[in-house]
Amino acid sequence: MSQQGYVAAPPYSQAQPGMGGYQGGFGGGPAQPLYGHYGGPPQAFAAPPAGMMKSPVSSAAGMPPPPASNQYNPNVQQNGAHPQRYPAPQAASVYGQPLQSPYNSMASMAPPPAQQLTNQMSSMNLGNYAPGPMQSPPPPTSSVQQPFQTSPPQAMGQPQMSPGPQSPHMSPQMSPQQSPMSGPPMGGPPMGGPPMGGPPMGGPPMGGPPMGGPPMGGTPMGGPQMTGPPMAGMGRPFPGPPGPGGFQQPGPGAAGPPGYPQQAGQFGGNMAGHQPGMPGAFPGAPGGMAGPPQKKLDPDSIPSITQVIEDDQVKRGGQVYSTNIRGQIPPLVTTDFTVQDQGNASPRFMRCTTYSLPCTADLAKQCQVPLASIIKPLANLPENETPLYVVNHGETGPIRCNRCKAYMCPYMQFIDGGRRYQCGFCNCVNEVPVFYFQHLDHMGRRVDFYERPELSLGSYEFVATLDYCKNNKPPNPPAYIFMIDVSYNNIKSGLVKLICDELKNLLEHLPSEEGVEASAIKVGFVTYNKVLHFYNVKSALAQPQMMVVSDTAEMFVPLLDGFLVNYQDSRAVISNLLDQIPDMFADTNESETVFVPVIQAGVEAFKAAECSGKLFIFQSSMPTAEAPGKLKNRDDKKLVNTDKEKTLFQPQKGVYEQLSKECVAQGCCVDLFLFPNQYMDIATMADVPSHTGGSVYKYNNFQVETDGEHFLRDLRKDVQKSIGFDAIMRVRTSTGFRATEFFGAIHMNNTTDIEMAAVDCDKALTVEFKHDDTLSEETGAHMQCALLYTTINGQRRLRIHNLSLNCSSQLSELYKSCETDSLINFFSKSACRAILNQPLKTVREILVNQTAHMLACYRKNCASPSAASQLILPDAMKVFPVYINSLMKTAPLVGSTELSTDDRAHQRLLIMGMGVEETQLLLYPRLTPLHNMDVSIKTHPAPVRCSEERLTDSGMFLLENGHSMFLWLGQAIPPDLVQNIFNLPSLAHLQGNMCALPELDNPLSNKVRAIINDLIEKRPNSMKLHIVRQKDKPEMVFRQFLVEDKGLHGGASYMDFLCYVHREIRQLLT
Amino acid sequence: MASYQEFIQQNEDRDGVRFSWNLWPSSRLEATRLVVPVSCLFTPLKERPDLPPVQYEPVLCSRANCKAVLNPLCQVDFRAKIWACNFCFQRNPFPPSYAGISEVNQPAELMPQFSTIEYIVQRGATAPLIFLYVVDTCLEEEDLQALKESLQMSLSLLPPNALVGLITFGRMVQVHELSCEGIAKSYVFRGTKDLSSKQIQEMLGLTKPAASAQQGRPVAPQDAAASCRFLQPVHRVDMNLTDLLGELQRDPWPVPQGKRPLRSTGVALTVAVGLLEGTFPNTGARVMLFIGGPPTQGPGMVVGDELKTPIRSWHDIQKDNARHLKKATKYYEAMANRSAVNGHCIDIYACALDQTGLLEMKCLSNLTGGHIVMGDSFNTSLFKQTFQRVFSKDLNGDFRMAFGGVLEIKTSREVKVCGSIGPCVSLNSKGSCVSENEMGIGGTSQWKVCGLNPSTTLGIFFEVVNQHNAPVPQGGRGAIQFVTQYQHSNTQRRIRVTTIARNWADAQSQIQHIESSFDQEAAAVLMARLGVFRAESEEGPDVLRWLDRQLIRLCQKFGQFNKDDPTSFKLSESLSLYPQFMFHLRRSPFLQVFNNSPDESSYYRHHFVRQDLTQSLIMIQPILYSYSFHGPPEPVLLDSSSILPDRILLMDTFFQLVIYHGETIAQWRKAGYQEMAEYENFKQLLLAPLDDAQEILQTRFPMPRYIDTEHGGSQARFLLSKVNPSQTHNNLYAWGQETGAPILTDDVSLQVFMDHLKKLAVSSSA
Repeated sequence: MSQQGYVAAPPYSQAQPGMGGYQGGFGGGPAQPLYGHYGGPPQAFAAPPAGMMKSPVSSAAGMPPPPASNQYNPNVQQNGAHPQRYPAPQAASVYGQPLQSPYNSMASMAPPPAQQLTNQMSSMNLGNYAPGPMQSPPPPTSSVQQPFQTSPPQAMGQPQMSPGPQSPHMSPQMSPQQSPMSGPPMGGPPMGGPPMGGPPMGGPPMGGPPMGGPPMGGTPMGGPQMTGPPMAGMGRPFPGPPGPGGFQQPGPGAAGPPGYPQQAGQFGGNMAGHQPGMPGAFPGAPGGMAGPPQKKLDPDSIPSITQVIEDDQVKRGGQVYSTNIRGQIPPLVTTDFTVQDQGNASPRFMRCTTYSLPCTADLAKQCQVPLASIIKPLANLPENETPLYVVNHGETGPIRCNRCKAYMCPYMQFIDGGRRYQCGFCNCVNEVPVFYFQHLDHMGRRVDFYERPELSLGSYEFVATLDYCKNNKPPNPPAYIFMIDVSYNNIKSGLVKLICDELKNLLEHLPSEEGVEASAIKVGFVTYNKVLHFYNVKSALAQPQMMVVSDTAEMFVPLLDGFLVNYQDSRAVISNLLDQIPDMFADTNESETVFVPVIQAGVEAFKAAECSGKLFIFQSSMPTAEAPGKLKNRDDKKLVNTDKEKTLFQPQKGVYEQLSKECVAQGCCVDLFLFPNQYMDIATMADVPSHTGGSVYKYNNFQVETDGEHFLRDLRKDVQKSIGFDAIMRVRTSTGFRATEFFGAIHMNNTTDIEMAAVDCDKALTVEFKHDDTLSEETGAHMQCALLYTTINGQRRLRIHNLSLNCSSQLSELYKSCETDSLINFFSKSACRAILNQPLKTVREILVNQTAHMLACYRKNCASPSAASQLILPDAMKVFPVYINSLMKTAPLVGSTELSTDDRAHQRLLIMGMGVEETQLLLYPRLTPLHNMDVSIKTHPAPVRCSEERLTDSGMFLLENGHSMFLWLGQAIPPDLVQNIFNLPSLAHLQGNMCALPELDNPLSNKVRAIINDLIEKRPNSMKLHIVRQKDKPEMVFRQFLVEDKGLHGGASYMDFLCYVHREIRQLLT
Repeated sequence: MASYQEFIQQNEDRDGVRFSWNLWPSSRLEATRLVVPVSCLFTPLKERPDLPPVQYEPVLCSRANCKAVLNPLCQVDFRAKIWACNFCFQRNPFPPSYAGISEVNQPAELMPQFSTIEYIVQRGATAPLIFLYVVDTCLEEEDLQALKESLQMSLSLLPPNALVGLITFGRMVQVHELSCEGIAKSYVFRGTKDLSSKQIQEMLGLTKPAASAQQGRPVAPQDAAASCRFLQPVHRVDMNLTDLLGELQRDPWPVPQGKRPLRSTGVALTVAVGLLEGTFPNTGARVMLFIGGPPTQGPGMVVGDELKTPIRSWHDIQKDNARHLKKATKYYEAMANRSAVNGHCIDIYACALDQTGLLEMKCLSNLTGGHIVMGDSFNTSLFKQTFQRVFSKDLNGDFRMAFGGVLEIKTSREVKVCGSIGPCVSLNSKGSCVSENEMGIGGTSQWKVCGLNPSTTLGIFFEVVNQHNAPVPQGGRGAIQFVTQYQHSNTQRRIRVTTIARNWADAQSQIQHIESSFDQEAAAVLMARLGVFRAESEEGPDVLRWLDRQLIRLCQKFGQFNKDDPTSFKLSESLSLYPQFMFHLRRSPFLQVFNNSPDESSYYRHHFVRQDLTQSLIMIQPILYSYSFHGPPEPVLLDSSSILPDRILLMDTFFQLVIYHGETIAQWRKAGYQEMAEYENFKQLLLAPLDDAQEILQTRFPMPRYIDTEHGGSQARFLLSKVNPSQTHNNLYAWGQETGAPILTDDVSLQVFMDHLKKLAVSSSA
């Protein structure tokens, strides 16, 4: 929170331009100008004393809202009141109206009544928030808030009210921020200045949620307080009354000082409130701040992911989830549960965005909820779940429907005394092969139902016959080739030695199939710079032999025998080789490297050995040597935020494209470990990995001391991962709908076959479905995902996952069955793909629009009628906006010149292959307080919301999103804590580049390290631990991950976003 | 005329020169009428143990376009210390170092017995010899093993400072780095891609910033050694390389049923040539290619890898059915020329039962002076001993090999040089002594002979250009100077100068003299070289017809006869054997391709155009010795009548050494008489030819195929195909006679040939 530093920085404002349409809304920055225009007049008023008094800032913020402007700001203010949702508490139906009323005042101004929405949604919502008053939401508005704070209640109500005192919305506070939306209308607003102040206050209470309440009454004051209680309702903030221009932002104009607003916005609220430390936060603000915050919007009042997670864990954690019911909604990905396969695939393998499909295409279109399934075909199962059974149907291969070729599964209906069966997908009636015949019992079920996994389970494997093998020959065991860049950089950094040393150890633990002792995987070694060096490590040799291939224009593999060997047989030679490699190149001064030929070499090697496998490529620089795939620096920050920005994400065409195809055809998966010191064109270099089921790891400015362990952990995990090769997957569906879009690290030659050179236990692909026809509620919808692959031991297998969903013609069913985590996975991937072809701005707009649309549709069709100013969210999707907002703040989607192009491209590619758990974690990092946990309890302390407000000066927090991990230390952290953890007398002694905690034998240290290790172990990627002191420079990086706050590089705070969405919704509804 | 015989012999011994005519007709017209051109066989490095090289440099004529070397034929004014060049008549002062010269104190080069003299040039750094082994690994295990052993053995034969390199190939081409410790390193090239020399050097990492080696002069050895990891002094990498060779494996790529192994000979050679080109241009180097089959892929491929398509035969070639022939030949020719320019010679050791593509590759050796050795397997003594003999040493302990030779010929004005036939390439040096009339490789007065040994012999053809109406002054002599610069195997640069002169004779008045100066042996070989040279580019029958016509014309010119009376035809002694040589030449494998594969033909021709006169004659007309109880061994006619039951015959065709046991002898031997003490003499008789054969085997390079056969044995065909078929199944009168053995052939016999010749020679219509 060292905001000062940031304060100045106008990230916000800048960001705005970049951001999607919505940004503008939030952004104070842009807003300012606007003010000018609109505001002109109003300002006049505003400017006045009122504003000043409180804090110029505040006023500023508020003002903006000229009527028309959609932006948030304006509305916000006005509505501010709303946000605070009322107490809606109890009633699912409506938020505490009573309370609201007071707030409403604001709202009232404008179109009062309408505003309030009731959340019918779910009672739950209400429940959630219950907590006390919301605090000031935040951000942009923050400034606004401050004002409020100063003069809380009264202010709110009254001042603003002036216009419409009557309707004091709680919103005020929020409003400020959000106000934008409504802004314009305000007739009354003029008052502006003063009002602002007022509104804000209101805000405090409700955070925001649904304005619903607002209408209520007029007691301004009440507002605030109520807020507290009210929260209950939805936490959703919201909104600013529609048009309310109630207040216009008079203030704003006045505010004049553009600068402020923004800043204020950002930290304002928080800072002020919480951290005293921050004094300077806003220049202007001081005064305002000073006033202790009594009221800020209570962020606790808006839907909280941590809360949702906790609730689900409480409700379903530790239980057995049986997959016997069609359309059953699984627990959240974050919940700890056990799956019992009873006819549908475990959610670990397949998760859907909704478990109840709309019956018709029209409905689907109307709600705009994407229908998708996220499939992680080789997902690891916890030890307490049964591994998949392997079924062998003999020489003729698995039994399949004659027409649609679906595999035998629980959805096949046996008829005619068991002599025939009807396919659950295409309804074709097939003869049962003689050897497979079995009588039916009185229920019409085969007698052997429980003996055959393919009849009773959702997931199982078939032994594939030769028909399923390349060239009708059984596959050879796969091979791993380690290809090490031995150019100057890597030698100098000590990386080569590190890898070679580690390999000796690592190769002892190559993965093998369960129950098989020795790994069948062959290994091979290549080093390269401008030329490639292959090594003959045949066991018969006394010394390895090196073969140099300099003909990089037409790559080939110089040897066959002795290149890919069994590690156990050639151990001595390999170890000899690994000892020598670092020395051999010790005095190299070659700094140029090639890249494409390296992969080609791998493909050729696999071709020659007639096997599939994986390449581990360790590269430190962009391939600039004269060879195919030579790259040039095409990084151009000027493109950021332009229509051409997409070119930064697009890979170079030509040889890379072709190479991906070749790799996939041969089953050659490419894993890339990058150690860049500068731009590497990851968009292009990672193109092949991203089409071959590979992973890309990146270690900027790699140093053995600080990054070595991190990298080695990744490498170990990567090598030991369970994985399948040369895979083809197909998703079959019952009639009425079909898979149309596929997202993931895959390659597709046609519209149905998903080809993957390899697929490992962490790779997930997302499949979107579209209607062909009407679905029947009765039969539901089935899908079968069949993955044909080669196991690590070189056996050809078919893995089948079946899943059945409900169908409904009621939208409410659909909304009830939605799965936010899956939805966000889908949106992440589709957005990440979209940015290849569309300007970021458009993509962000689409995201927001679709979000608004989905919610509006719910509101319109499923929620009970309520005031328009109320934000009503479906219970299953109540935290959806946080994720979407966070998604828009991820590196690829936020247009900021401060982010490296490579980082953005890298993250984009990462997201494409992620499963639900990973996107969830990425978009909502876990922020865990460690300073006050009970070290005697085994479980991890509960995470808190990802917001600066949750940090405390004297605290220690661990933040982790699956890719980065930070240990944040407050300035005022007690010395004994420091002593226990670091064995240092005080924070000041802490070394800047520390990346691991010392092993100290005290309960706290043990516990903290246990937590960290456990997380590192649990995640697919290893994470480097960054230790961050409050107010140190690196804290910036850390703050990017506080996703509920305003983005460092642009992007709205959660609260602002919610307001914005609400406004959009209201527009849609009118 | 015994005197001419002696003269010829003496000249050959002293200068290594054999002229077809030892008196030269004094005008162009007369010269052409002699049919056989004025020409000579010249052996530049003929071994002269009695000729110590002088330790200074030759004195050259100062005229820029002459530069002839001071020689015994020059007129010297001892007082003025001036000498007159006998070629251009330029008067040159002696250099200061000759200040002490006088009639009694003459430098060696002025003494008549030093018409051939060798100078050692002290200038310039000496470069070590370079041996680059290019080894095919697509061999049978046994063959490869034998080859590896031979190669390992050869390391001990190399001079310790010589640089060695190793390239192996099969489907891929590997250039082995020899300097490295620890890991064995090699650079690998795809066997299907043609690469430029520059690419090769880049890929091998040999491109240096400032290439001191590019200047065309030898690189200082230490620089070179440092710069090239692939060529290292034997003494340094001896052990290393021995191990490396020991570990050589057969090409590991699987060869499917019905396919030939993929052999990238073309690329391997390009790499070898490119490597040397980049690192050691103009330094003596020997690329030694060992192959066990034809190139089957990439540039220079001779046959596809499908076993069902056999390698081209003469039949295919005549039918224009040899797909790869032209392309491959062109490819190897280009490479040979490059290599020749850089002074590197290429040897081919081809051991396989089938053809290996020598036809296409022959130019590699032919143009660079390398050896071609053809055998059935590397695991035969033929190969092993031949290979060992490559490294044989002379009396001084130096290798009998020299590198980077440049032969320059200077003539007096009445004579010009038309060309040369031998293992050389033209250096395109035009000059006043170059004739427009090309014979062999012409249009130049300088030739490069990259690899030389003491027996390397070139056929050189001249033209008398003196006009008929401008007679040469009586007693005048024509002179020719051969200047051979080369790198001796002890790395010295040397220059050998041979200056000869022959008298002019007026063909009208002195035709008998000219006739008696005819060297029919030399003439036969020279004409044969012309014939073989033509055969490379013309159809076989055309060449034969040309040879016949020349023979008839010669007979008409010099025979004594009455018109249209064949029986009256007579040839003088100096020409008497010539027709017989021609007869055997017509039947020889040099001109007849029947029964020979294209590879064999190439192989035979290769050796024919480089051996000295004696060996060449043996090739034309094999020697036959007869052993019997009737007397000491004696040479007998190469005639079927010499094949008698109680004789043992030893035939030497140069390429084969056949011991043939007559019918009776064979039976005796079978009965084991030689084992019995009382038949010791029979044992001796059996041993006698073996000992003689051994003697021949000792000296011959390449080792001949040694054949021990007997009457009725299948291998007897080697003998039967060579002898004059005087008795065949056709001339029945021979049946039942005691002497000789009939040959089953339709070939004409010498008698028939002579009859026809006489008839044509005396015919007035011819």
